[in-house]
Amino acid sequence: MPLDQSFVGRSYPPTEPYEVSREKIREFAEAIGDDSPAYTRPEAARELGHPDVIAPPTFVFLVSYRAAFDVVQDPKLGLDYSRVVHTEQRFTYERPLRAGDRLSVTSTIEAIKSLKGNEMVTVRGELHDESGAHVATAYTKLVARSADEAPAGEGDR
Amino acid sequence: MSANTRTKVAYAEVEEGTELPARVFPVDRATLVRYAGASLDFNPIHWNERFAVEVGLPNVIAHGMFTMAEAIRVVTDWVGDPGAVLEYGVRFTKPVVVPDDGVGAEIRVAARVAAKLDDERRTVRIDLTAHSDEQKVLGLARAVVRLP
Repeated sequence: MPLDQSFVGRSYPPTEPYEVSREKIREFAEAIGDDSPAYTRPEAARELGHPDVIAPPTFVFLVSYRAAFDVVQDPKLGLDYSRVVHTEQRFTYERPLRAGDRLSVTSTIEAIKSLKGNEMVTVRGELHDESGAHVATAYTKLVARSADEAPAGEGDR
Repeated sequence: MSANTRTKVAYAEVEEGTELPARVFPVDRATLVRYAGASLDFNPIHWNERFAVEVGLPNVIAHGMFTMAEAIRVVTDWVGDPGAVLEYGVRFTKPVVVPDDGVGAEIRVAARVAAKLDDERRTVRIDLTAHSDEQKVLGLARAVVRLP
């Protein structure tokens, strides 16, 4: 049952702001084993020209993933969420995320494709700070595998 | 190995084909538990072997986003400023399988300058490869960074 192409271009309301904290950045940097001082020492970040500690590049996903997963779970879209696998991820950055940012995400369904029973949805999530400035964009591609493919997706989170 | 914040490369000094220092990132079950907590991704395929096998996986697998996070470290360590990354994208081609055998797995990352994009903005495209257990775990892994 191919997904409804009329959903392409559909946008969802901005999320409640996510507040980026120094401690969450530190925890994330430790979890990926990265001891770059730009993530933990404000003075080191300032030396590089940032007003406060910055977040590792993929930290954006922590802010954007909920909105993307909410979109693909829109019952009207009709994606079988139990078979969803995260197949591609891309980010673009106007600037790095930093401690103190309050970011809301506006999601848009960028693309829908059906191929051999696999349903693919790409969600674009635009992050804006409190001043309304665009900070980063996350492009998340999720595929609901056809029933005869191995399941095991990201859909159980 | 502690990164300093001095920028280590300059646009004028790199050329197409310049190799970045390759890295090997070890990953075991404790790594995945820690990453699950930090990322809030508690999908049992990343920590519960019984569940992973039940859904057809060979074993517990690493979060794709963890692999993505490790791979870009080759770039951010090389540039010195993680804020220099303007674009970064990957495809998750094969999972990183993490057995509970006291050893775990390794993610091997290599990268090279694929193109100098813009002399004015000093941007370059970096192409990355990531392998685990001889399998290519990321496809089309590319970053655009701005150099001093």
